Amino acid sequence: MKRQLFCVVIMLSALVAFVPQGIGYAQDTSPITDDQVNALAEELYCPVCENVPLDVCPTQACAQWRDLIREKMELGWSEPQIKEFFALQYGDQVLAVPPRRGFNWLIYVLPPIIILSGIVIAVRFVSRSKTQPLPAVEIATPADHAPLDSVINEIEQDLKRKQ
Amino acid sequence: MTHNPPTSTRKRFPIAIALVAGIILIGMITLFAIQMKNSRQDTLEIGSEIPDFTVTTFSGETYQKSQLQGKVILLNFWSSWCASCDEEGAALEEVWQEVKDKGEIVFLGVNYVDTEKDSLAFLEKYGITFPNGPDLGSRISRLFKVDAVPETYIIGRDGRLVAIQIGPFQSAEEIRAALELAD
Repeated sequence: MKRQLFCVVIMLSALVAFVPQGIGYAQDTSPITDDQVNALAEELYCPVCENVPLDVCPTQACAQWRDLIREKMELGWSEPQIKEFFALQYGDQVLAVPPRRGFNWLIYVLPPIIILSGIVIAVRFVSRSKTQPLPAVEIATPADHAPLDSVINEIEQDLKRKQ
Repeated sequence: MTHNPPTSTRKRFPIAIALVAGIILIGMITLFAIQMKNSRQDTLEIGSEIPDFTVTTFSGETYQKSQLQGKVILLNFWSSWCASCDEEGAALEEVWQEVKDKGEIVFLGVNYVDTEKDSLAFLEKYGITFPNGPDLGSRISRLFKVDAVPETYIIGRDGRLVAIQIGPFQSAEEIRAALELAD
Protein backbone atom coordinates (compact mmCIF):
# COMPACT_ATOMS: atom_id res chain seq x y z
CA MET A 1 0.00 0.00 0.00
CA LYS A 2 2.79 2.33 0.95
CA ARG A 3 4.65 1.45 -2.23
CA GLN A 4 1.57 2.23 -4.34
CA LEU A 5 1.17 5.56 -2.61
CA PHE A 6 4.84 6.31 -3.17
CA CYS A 7 4.48 5.49 -6.90
CA VAL A 8 1.44 7.79 -7.19
CA VAL A 9 3.35 10.63 -5.51
CA ILE A 10 6.34 10.13 -7.84
CA MET A 11 4.09 10.10 -10.91
CA LEU A 12 2.28 13.24 -9.80
CA SER A 13 5.58 14.98 -9.11
CA ALA A 14 6.86 14.05 -12.57
CA LEU A 15 3.65 15.32 -14.12
CA VAL A 16 3.96 18.64 -12.33
CA ALA A 17 7.63 18.92 -13.32
CA PHE A 18 6.80 18.52 -16.99
CA VAL A 19 3.98 21.03 -17.04
CA PRO A 20 5.23 23.99 -19.14
CA GLN A 21 6.02 27.19 -17.25
CA GLY A 22 3.79 29.31 -19.44
CA ILE A 23 1.48 28.78 -22.31
CA GLY A 24 3.17 29.51 -25.62
CA TYR A 25 1.58 31.90 -28.09
CA ALA A 26 1.85 29.58 -31.07
CA GLN A 27 -0.39 26.91 -29.55
CA ASP A 28 -2.94 27.63 -32.25
CA THR A 29 -2.21 28.28 -35.88
CA SER A 30 -3.76 31.77 -36.02
CA PRO A 31 -1.25 34.55 -36.80
CA ILE A 32 -0.02 36.82 -34.05
CA THR A 33 -2.03 40.05 -34.03
CA ASP A 34 -0.78 43.57 -33.34
CA ASP A 35 -2.96 43.61 -30.22
CA GLN A 36 -1.15 40.55 -28.86
CA VAL A 37 2.22 42.12 -29.59
CA ASN A 38 1.18 45.45 -28.05
CA ALA A 39 -0.27 43.76 -24.97
CA LEU A 40 3.18 42.42 -24.19
CA ALA A 41 5.00 45.51 -25.48
CA GLU A 42 2.98 47.57 -23.01
CA GLU A 43 4.87 45.83 -20.20
CA LEU A 44 8.27 46.71 -21.63
CA TYR A 45 9.96 50.09 -21.79
CA CYS A 46 12.18 51.63 -24.41
CA PRO A 47 15.57 52.36 -22.80
CA VAL A 48 16.42 54.95 -25.43
CA CYS A 49 13.43 57.24 -24.89
CA GLU A 50 12.80 57.48 -21.18
CA ASN A 51 9.50 56.41 -19.63
CA VAL A 52 7.86 55.45 -22.92
CA PRO A 53 6.20 52.04 -23.05
CA LEU A 54 7.21 49.96 -26.04
CA ASP A 55 3.69 49.72 -27.47
CA VAL A 56 3.44 53.49 -28.04
CA CYS A 57 7.10 54.28 -28.68
CA PRO A 58 7.47 55.78 -32.18
CA THR A 59 11.20 55.19 -32.74
CA GLN A 60 12.69 52.70 -35.16
CA ALA A 61 14.39 50.92 -32.28
CA CYS A 62 11.03 50.21 -30.66
CA ALA A 63 9.52 49.09 -33.97
CA GLN A 64 12.37 46.58 -34.26
CA TRP A 65 11.72 45.40 -30.74
CA ARG A 66 8.03 44.90 -31.45
CA ASP A 67 9.01 42.84 -34.50
CA LEU A 68 11.27 40.82 -32.24
CA ILE A 69 8.37 40.22 -29.83
CA ARG A 70 6.25 39.03 -32.74
CA GLU A 71 9.02 36.68 -33.90
CA LYS A 72 9.36 35.18 -30.44
CA MET A 73 5.59 34.79 -30.13
CA GLU A 74 5.48 33.02 -33.48
CA LEU A 75 8.16 30.67 -32.22
CA GLY A 76 5.84 29.78 -29.36
CA TRP A 77 7.67 31.60 -26.58
CA SER A 78 5.59 32.36 -23.51
CA GLU A 79 5.19 35.87 -22.09
CA PRO A 80 7.60 35.28 -19.17
CA GLN A 81 10.16 33.81 -21.57
CA ILE A 82 10.01 36.85 -23.83
CA LYS A 83 10.29 39.24 -20.90
CA GLU A 84 13.24 37.28 -19.53
CA PHE A 85 14.89 37.42 -22.94
CA PHE A 86 14.51 41.22 -23.09
CA ALA A 87 15.82 41.60 -19.54
CA LEU A 88 18.88 39.49 -20.36
CA GLN A 89 19.54 41.31 -23.61
CA TYR A 90 18.93 44.89 -22.51
CA GLY A 91 18.87 44.87 -18.72
CA ASP A 92 16.13 44.81 -16.10
CA GLN A 93 15.34 48.48 -16.71
CA VAL A 94 13.31 47.54 -19.80
CA LEU A 95 10.74 45.74 -17.66
CA ALA A 96 7.75 47.75 -16.44
CA VAL A 97 7.61 45.59 -13.31
CA PRO A 98 11.03 44.88 -11.77
CA PRO A 99 11.79 41.15 -11.55
CA ARG A 100 11.81 39.57 -8.11
CA ARG A 101 15.53 38.96 -7.76
CA GLY A 102 18.57 40.47 -6.05
CA PHE A 103 18.16 43.99 -4.70
CA ASN A 104 14.79 44.25 -6.45
CA TRP A 105 13.33 42.26 -3.57
CA LEU A 106 13.67 45.41 -1.47
CA ILE A 107 10.99 47.06 -3.62
CA TYR A 108 8.55 44.30 -2.75
CA VAL A 109 9.56 43.68 0.85
CA LEU A 110 10.26 47.15 2.25
CA PRO A 111 6.94 48.94 1.58
CA PRO A 112 4.81 46.33 3.42
CA ILE A 113 7.33 46.33 6.29
CA ILE A 114 7.27 50.13 6.47
CA ILE A 115 3.45 50.24 6.30
CA LEU A 116 3.12 47.53 8.97
CA SER A 117 5.65 49.29 11.18
CA GLY A 118 3.70 52.52 10.74
CA ILE A 119 0.46 50.80 11.73
CA VAL A 120 2.12 49.22 14.78
CA ILE A 121 3.60 52.56 15.84
CA ALA A 122 0.25 54.34 15.34
CA VAL A 123 -1.67 51.69 17.29
CA ARG A 124 0.85 51.76 20.12
CA PHE A 125 0.76 55.55 20.21
CA VAL A 126 -3.04 55.64 20.39
CA SER A 127 -3.25 52.91 23.03
CA ARG A 128 -0.51 54.55 25.07
CA SER A 129 -2.20 57.92 24.98
CA LYS A 130 -5.43 56.26 26.20
CA THR A 131 -3.79 54.53 29.14
CA GLN A 132 -1.51 57.41 30.09
CA PRO A 133 -2.34 58.81 33.56
CA LEU A 134 -4.24 62.05 33.51
CA PRO A 135 -2.58 65.00 35.22
CA ALA A 136 -3.34 65.21 38.93
CA VAL A 137 -6.63 67.03 39.57
CA GLU A 138 -7.13 69.01 42.72
CA ILE A 139 -10.57 68.50 44.22
CA ALA A 140 -11.73 71.23 46.50
CA THR A 141 -12.92 70.28 49.98
CA PRO A 142 -15.00 72.42 52.42
CA ALA A 143 -11.80 73.20 54.28
CA ASP A 144 -10.25 74.54 51.09
CA HIS A 145 -13.21 76.91 50.71
CA ALA A 146 -12.69 78.47 54.17
CA PRO A 147 -10.56 81.50 53.10
CA LEU A 148 -12.98 82.27 50.30
CA ASP A 149 -15.97 82.16 52.68
CA SER A 150 -14.35 84.67 55.01
CA VAL A 151 -13.77 87.09 52.13
CA ILE A 152 -17.40 86.75 51.05
CA ASN A 153 -18.54 87.39 54.61
CA GLU A 154 -16.42 90.52 54.78
CA ILE A 155 -17.88 91.85 51.55
CA GLU A 156 -21.42 91.13 52.68
CA GLN A 157 -20.81 92.93 55.95
CA ASP A 158 -19.39 95.95 54.15
CA LEU A 159 -22.46 96.08 51.95
CA LYS A 160 -24.79 95.93 54.94
CA ARG A 161 -22.91 98.77 56.62
CA LYS A 162 -23.24 100.97 53.58
CA GLN A 163 -26.94 100.29 53.38
CA MET B 1 -6.13 67.28 48.66
CA THR B 2 -4.72 65.55 45.63
CA HIS B 3 -6.18 62.47 43.94
CA ASN B 4 -4.00 60.58 41.47
CA PRO B 5 -5.72 58.07 39.15
CA PRO B 6 -4.12 54.63 39.10
CA THR B 7 -1.15 54.56 36.66
CA SER B 8 -1.15 51.88 33.93
CA THR B 9 1.77 49.55 33.34
CA ARG B 10 3.05 51.27 30.22
CA LYS B 11 5.08 49.05 27.92
CA ARG B 12 8.09 50.78 26.53
CA PHE B 13 8.37 50.65 22.73
CA PRO B 14 11.03 48.08 21.94
CA ILE B 15 14.26 49.93 21.26
CA ALA B 16 15.48 47.11 19.02
CA ILE B 17 12.63 47.64 16.55
CA ALA B 18 13.27 51.36 16.45
CA LEU B 19 16.99 50.72 15.86
CA VAL B 20 16.36 48.26 13.03
CA ALA B 21 13.85 50.61 11.41
CA GLY B 22 16.34 53.46 11.70
CA ILE B 23 19.17 51.42 10.18
CA ILE B 24 16.93 50.33 7.28
CA LEU B 25 15.87 53.92 6.67
CA ILE B 26 19.45 55.22 6.74
CA GLY B 27 20.53 52.38 4.43
CA MET B 28 17.79 53.22 1.95
CA ILE B 29 18.66 56.91 1.98
CA THR B 30 22.36 56.07 1.43
CA LEU B 31 21.56 53.75 -1.49
CA PHE B 32 19.32 56.41 -3.00
CA ALA B 33 22.04 59.06 -2.60
CA ILE B 34 24.66 56.82 -4.24
CA GLN B 35 22.29 56.12 -7.13
CA MET B 36 21.59 59.84 -7.54
CA LYS B 37 25.31 60.62 -7.52
CA ASN B 38 26.03 57.96 -10.14
CA SER B 39 23.22 59.11 -12.40
CA ARG B 40 24.37 62.73 -12.22
CA GLN B 41 27.83 61.86 -13.46
CA ASP B 42 27.18 62.20 -17.17
CA THR B 43 30.31 60.86 -18.78
CA LEU B 44 33.61 59.36 -17.83
CA GLU B 45 36.53 61.70 -17.49
CA ILE B 46 39.62 61.70 -19.66
CA GLY B 47 42.43 59.97 -17.83
CA SER B 48 40.16 57.88 -15.65
CA GLU B 49 40.86 54.17 -15.25
CA ILE B 50 38.28 52.17 -17.15
CA PRO B 51 36.92 49.15 -15.27
CA ASP B 52 37.21 45.75 -16.88
CA PHE B 53 34.58 44.75 -19.41
CA THR B 54 34.09 41.99 -21.93
CA VAL B 55 32.72 42.17 -25.44
CA THR B 56 31.48 38.89 -26.88
CA THR B 57 31.09 39.25 -30.61
CA PHE B 58 28.18 38.01 -32.69
CA SER B 59 30.42 35.16 -33.84
CA GLY B 60 31.28 34.20 -30.25
CA GLU B 61 34.81 35.60 -29.85
CA THR B 62 35.57 37.25 -26.53
CA TYR B 63 37.53 40.45 -25.99
CA GLN B 64 38.31 41.38 -22.41
CA LYS B 65 39.75 44.79 -21.64
CA SER B 66 42.18 43.44 -19.05
CA GLN B 67 43.62 41.04 -21.61
CA LEU B 68 44.14 43.84 -24.11
CA GLN B 69 46.46 45.80 -21.79
CA GLY B 70 49.25 47.35 -23.82
CA LYS B 71 47.00 47.88 -26.82
CA VAL B 72 44.88 50.86 -27.75
CA ILE B 73 41.16 50.08 -27.73
CA LEU B 74 38.66 51.98 -29.82
CA LEU B 75 35.23 51.21 -28.39
CA ASN B 76 32.38 52.28 -30.63
CA PHE B 77 28.74 52.18 -29.51
CA TRP B 78 26.31 51.97 -32.41
CA SER B 79 22.88 50.73 -33.45
CA SER B 80 21.27 49.67 -36.68
CA TRP B 81 18.49 52.20 -36.04
CA CYS B 82 20.94 55.07 -35.59
CA ALA B 83 20.83 57.42 -38.56
CA SER B 84 24.44 58.60 -38.35
CA CYS B 85 26.04 55.25 -37.54
CA ASP B 86 26.26 54.07 -41.14
CA GLU B 87 28.66 56.75 -42.41
CA GLU B 88 30.70 56.55 -39.25
CA GLY B 89 30.81 52.76 -39.57
CA ALA B 90 32.27 53.08 -43.06
CA ALA B 91 34.93 55.52 -41.82
CA LEU B 92 35.80 53.26 -38.89
CA GLU B 93 36.14 50.31 -41.24
CA GLU B 94 38.48 52.33 -43.47
CA VAL B 95 40.79 53.08 -40.54
CA TRP B 96 40.47 49.52 -39.23
CA GLN B 97 41.80 48.19 -42.52
CA GLU B 98 44.85 50.43 -42.06
CA VAL B 99 45.66 49.41 -38.48
CA LYS B 100 44.43 45.85 -38.02
CA ASP B 101 47.60 44.10 -39.23
CA LYS B 102 49.87 46.05 -36.87
CA GLY B 103 48.08 44.51 -33.92
CA GLU B 104 48.53 47.54 -31.68
CA ILE B 105 45.04 48.91 -31.97
CA VAL B 106 41.83 46.97 -31.39
CA PHE B 107 38.49 48.18 -32.67
CA LEU B 108 35.47 46.89 -30.78
CA GLY B 109 31.91 47.66 -31.82
CA VAL B 110 29.28 47.49 -29.11
CA ASN B 111 25.76 47.13 -30.40
CA TYR B 112 23.53 49.34 -28.26
CA VAL B 113 19.88 48.30 -27.54
CA ASP B 114 19.41 46.62 -30.88
CA THR B 115 18.18 43.33 -32.28
CA GLU B 116 20.69 40.78 -33.54
CA LYS B 117 18.98 40.32 -36.89
CA ASP B 118 19.04 44.04 -37.72
CA SER B 119 22.57 44.44 -36.37
CA LEU B 120 23.98 41.66 -38.53
CA ALA B 121 22.16 43.05 -41.56
CA PHE B 122 23.68 46.47 -40.84
CA LEU B 123 27.21 45.06 -40.53
CA GLU B 124 26.82 43.17 -43.78
CA LYS B 125 25.30 46.12 -45.61
CA TYR B 126 28.16 48.46 -44.71
CA GLY B 127 30.90 45.83 -44.96
CA ILE B 128 32.07 46.25 -41.37
CA THR B 129 34.60 43.59 -40.41
CA PHE B 130 36.08 44.73 -37.08
CA PRO B 131 34.81 42.78 -34.04
CA ASN B 132 31.26 43.67 -33.05
CA GLY B 133 28.98 42.26 -30.41
CA PRO B 134 25.79 42.91 -28.51
CA ASP B 135 25.79 44.73 -25.20
CA LEU B 136 24.14 42.01 -23.15
CA GLY B 137 22.12 43.47 -20.33
CA SER B 138 23.34 46.95 -21.41
CA ARG B 139 26.25 46.40 -19.04
CA ILE B 140 28.97 48.08 -21.11
CA SER B 141 26.83 51.07 -22.09
CA ARG B 142 25.90 51.57 -18.43
CA LEU B 143 29.58 51.43 -17.53
CA PHE B 144 30.32 54.18 -20.05
CA LYS B 145 27.04 56.02 -19.29
CA VAL B 146 25.99 55.90 -22.90
CA ASP B 147 22.55 57.34 -23.52
CA ALA B 148 22.69 57.91 -27.27
CA VAL B 149 24.60 56.54 -30.23
CA PRO B 150 27.07 56.77 -31.78
CA GLU B 151 29.61 57.31 -29.04
CA THR B 152 33.26 56.30 -29.20
CA TYR B 153 35.78 55.87 -26.41
CA ILE B 154 39.51 55.45 -26.96
CA ILE B 155 41.34 53.65 -24.19
CA GLY B 156 45.10 53.99 -23.99
CA ARG B 157 47.69 51.25 -23.53
CA ASP B 158 47.62 51.83 -19.77
CA GLY B 159 43.88 51.19 -19.58
CA ARG B 160 42.99 54.86 -19.10
CA LEU B 161 40.52 56.85 -21.13
CA VAL B 162 42.26 58.96 -23.77
CA ALA B 163 39.46 60.41 -25.90
CA ILE B 164 35.69 60.58 -26.06
CA GLN B 165 33.66 61.22 -29.19
CA ILE B 166 30.01 61.96 -28.52
CA GLY B 167 28.19 61.76 -31.83
CA PRO B 168 29.66 60.43 -35.04
CA PHE B 169 33.18 60.92 -36.35
CA GLN B 170 32.77 62.99 -39.50
CA SER B 171 35.66 61.41 -41.35
CA ALA B 172 38.44 58.83 -41.24
CA GLU B 173 40.82 61.71 -40.59
CA GLU B 174 39.07 62.51 -37.31
CA ILE B 175 39.40 58.89 -36.24
CA ARG B 176 43.11 58.84 -37.04
CA ALA B 177 43.61 62.07 -35.09
CA ALA B 178 41.78 60.63 -32.08
CA LEU B 179 43.89 57.47 -32.19
CA GLU B 180 47.07 59.55 -32.25
CA LEU B 181 46.13 60.88 -28.81
CA ALA B 182 46.71 57.39 -27.46
CA ASP B 183 50.31 57.23 -28.73
